[in-house]
Amino acid sequence: MDKHDSSAHAQASDARPVLEGPDIARVLTRIAHEIVERAKGADDVVLLGIPTRGVFLAQRLAVKLEQITDRKVPVGSLDITMYRDDLRMHPPRALARTEIPGDGIDGKLVVLVDDVLFSGRTIRAALDALNDIGRPRAVQLAVLVDRGHRELPIRADYVGKNLPTSLRETVKVQLAEEDGRDTVLLGVKAGQ
Amino acid sequence: MQRHLISAADLTRDDAVLILDTAEEMARVADRPIKKLPTLRGRTIVNLFFEDSTRTRISFEAAEKRLSADVINFSAKGSSVSKGESLKDTAQTLEAMGVDAVVIRHGASGAPYRLANSGWIDAAVINAGDGTHQHPTQALLDAFTMRRRLIGRDAGLGQDLAGRRITIVGDVLHSRVARSNVDLLHTLGAEVTLVAPPTLVPVGVETWPCEVAYDLDGTLPKCDAVMMLRVQRERMNAAFFPTEREYSRRYGLDGDRMARLPEHAIVMHPGPMVRGMEITAEVADSDRCTAVEQVANGVSIRMAVLYLLLGGNEPAVTHTRPTGSEEK
Amino acid sequence: MSKILIRGAKVLGGEAQDVLIDGETIAEVGTGLSAEGAEVVEAAGKVLLPGLVDLHTHLREPGREDSETVLTGTRAAATGGYTAVFAMANTFPVADTAGVVEQVYRLGQEHGYCDVQPIGAVTVGLEGRKLAELGAMHESAAGVTVFSDDGKCVDDAVIMRRALEYVKAFGGVVAQHAQEPRLTEGAQMNEGVVSAELGLGGWPAVAEESIIARDVLLAEHVGSRVHICHLSTAGSVEIVRWAKSRGIDVTAEVTPHHLLLTDELVRTYNPVYKVNPPLRTERDVHALRAALADGTIDIVATDHAPHPHEDKDCEWAAAAMGMVGLETALSVVQETMVDTGLLDWAGVADRMSFKPAQIGQATGHGRPVSAGEPANLTLVDTEYRGQVDPAGFASRSRNTPYEGRELPGRVTHTWLRGKATLVDGKLT
Repeated sequence: MDKHDSSAHAQASDARPVLEGPDIARVLTRIAHEIVERAKGADDVVLLGIPTRGVFLAQRLAVKLEQITDRKVPVGSLDITMYRDDLRMHPPRALARTEIPGDGIDGKLVVLVDDVLFSGRTIRAALDALNDIGRPRAVQLAVLVDRGHRELPIRADYVGKNLPTSLRETVKVQLAEEDGRDTVLLGVKAGQ
Repeated sequence: MQRHLISAADLTRDDAVLILDTAEEMARVADRPIKKLPTLRGRTIVNLFFEDSTRTRISFEAAEKRLSADVINFSAKGSSVSKGESLKDTAQTLEAMGVDAVVIRHGASGAPYRLANSGWIDAAVINAGDGTHQHPTQALLDAFTMRRRLIGRDAGLGQDLAGRRITIVGDVLHSRVARSNVDLLHTLGAEVTLVAPPTLVPVGVETWPCEVAYDLDGTLPKCDAVMMLRVQRERMNAAFFPTEREYSRRYGLDGDRMARLPEHAIVMHPGPMVRGMEITAEVADSDRCTAVEQVANGVSIRMAVLYLLLGGNEPAVTHTRPTGSEEK
Repeated sequence: MSKILIRGAKVLGGEAQDVLIDGETIAEVGTGLSAEGAEVVEAAGKVLLPGLVDLHTHLREPGREDSETVLTGTRAAATGGYTAVFAMANTFPVADTAGVVEQVYRLGQEHGYCDVQPIGAVTVGLEGRKLAELGAMHESAAGVTVFSDDGKCVDDAVIMRRALEYVKAFGGVVAQHAQEPRLTEGAQMNEGVVSAELGLGGWPAVAEESIIARDVLLAEHVGSRVHICHLSTAGSVEIVRWAKSRGIDVTAEVTPHHLLLTDELVRTYNPVYKVNPPLRTERDVHALRAALADGTIDIVATDHAPHPHEDKDCEWAAAAMGMVGLETALSVVQETMVDTGLLDWAGVADRMSFKPAQIGQATGHGRPVSAGEPANLTLVDTEYRGQVDPAGFASRSRNTPYEGRELPGRVTHTWLRGKATLVDGKLT
């Protein structure tokens, strides 16, 4: 699935940065404004990040939304591991945390947040997972990078950067919380 | 790689911690409006119970259903097993029906091991208790309960039980729960003390990774958890101890003894409890007794085990017991 | 019957010699014997032994012909180099009357692969309560001299005492299966470190040793001789050693499997390792080997116990106890006793032929390899090494613990009173 492929180990030597720290901060600010705009104030927005890096992006967006609206925005995480459609193709993965904010998601506008949008299968799994947790008023999707190559009829509502790629390329997002620095690297798959 | 869970001794520290961490996530499913995950959709699991155990069977069944597996319950009673059909025939019949995993409870020690290693079937085998040998999911749920109570739900993630002192009291000789717990708790770094009358400790215990004591009062003040094992009244007739009264006086847990435990220590029991024998009602019903919690935790642990063994194309927890060179 | 010249065999492992068989007897032993008119068997490098004698075989007939018959069992015996076997009494019906022992005896004579000497039950139905008609069995055509309830222990001290006394009248011997029944209720394997871990019912050494101690004292008290079946523990060795030093008339046997295998194998839960008495520890194995070497244990007996596949293809607790052994016994003894330097081939001849024949009074068996003696002989290729393949067994059953194990030695020829029963490893 896209999460897995996007974080495939790009060789640091031949990977080149396409977004640096300040760019990432800027696009997150823009996305936060777009959310407020499209949600008409974002009163009922719940941000759910998809582990691992989607969660950090959701937390950063929550901070920015609070700065804009002067209100706390509920933020949580949604692990999609057990909803994946490729479970039978790999050994079972360790589960990540699903943390739904206290008031739940019923009747809310859920914005799913992920780092890279690729095949769309992660988001399909996330929609299934949401279905078992509650019934949101609407679901939207925010991603830092859209690299194309969709395999399902899914599109993002908020995109940090559209990055046309070939299937031979890899996109690797690094965030300070996990990787010690903010950057998006474009590389070539090992062995190609 | 093996795909079975036969003995707690087969789990490495990392395997065990992964199972406990996974169970912690599984536990959260119970808080959702829809207590179900699609993970094992299309997989068929048979609960093959040659011994009556409604509790364990229900616990596995709940776990299997929460993971969307198709469940077949097979109880030896009223089946062809009571007409002399062998374990092998029964297993092969189930295999022919396309079963992916067999959860087996059997009165004979080693029956699950035999099922997994004899070449009779291809399905994964999960031991739900065999004779006086092993009951690995019980040990896992006990460790899970200890970690939650002694360290904390979130603080416990990724942690083992290093340095925790656990006392297991009662009929160790006939207890698969004791054997599994000694193995797993040792793997997780805990210090285990077995307390029992000498008649109920097996010859050969000296190689187990634990201490053995005959005096309960001496061990209580320094333990973090005390686990009371069920003692069957029938043992009295085989001269394992003189009378029920003497047993409970020397080895039973009552209010006075509980007061000698450190403040934070918990009282555990795998159930079913024989109130008035190994545990008084006062202790069984106190806040410190985790018996009911253990039952709830059992479902989460079994979900975790099923997910990690069956959720992918190969198991995430490895079975490391060396098989005999003679086994093919 | 024609002449056979066995040329250049190491007789009892000694110097190469020729052995000439004429008819049923050994005509001559020497070097450079003439081959004129004789079929020649080239035996250079091989060891020639007196035909082996097994004091402890289960032939299962009558009653359990699905696991073994007198025919298949004696063919297995010939394959293993045996010329006489003692058939245990725990058949269906039990060999506790003259009728049953005569039937088994005759079947052995008819098939002609190996002499079959029936063992009579000590008590009626092996139930341990009432003495069987020991005298009648002795006087029958079978001429029973060894009595045993093997499979069950004669645990009642008074019955045991009476049996020991009674058989003195006709020079019989009681062979005791030493197993204290109360201490072994529900027992599944040796009680110790492994049983504690596996959760299998423990079979304590003391259950064997206490009976042996009692019986040697009884034998001393009533002035009888007693034979101890399949002794399996270091403690039993000590008791027998003590009894012999006191002059008590006791003999003892050990099985090949107790000389080689330990209870560690039970970790596989494979019932092929389930046997009575159970496999013991490494320490016991070494004590048994030493005792066989120094003569404390007199003989090797196979306790060949055939069982059909289904009785072993199941969970441990449900499985039958016992292992087949006739076709692998000599190889196991070579592996554990000869190749380790504990015993030479003359010693093997003593423990597997001379002594068992003597204890069981098997006329014409266990005799020296010299002129005038009956031509009961076994030729062994001691240089051979090969994996045990049960598919090739002559026995009807396959419950061997050695499947796939590499063992030394192979019996190539067996002669029963001058008639070849095994030639180049093939039954005639």
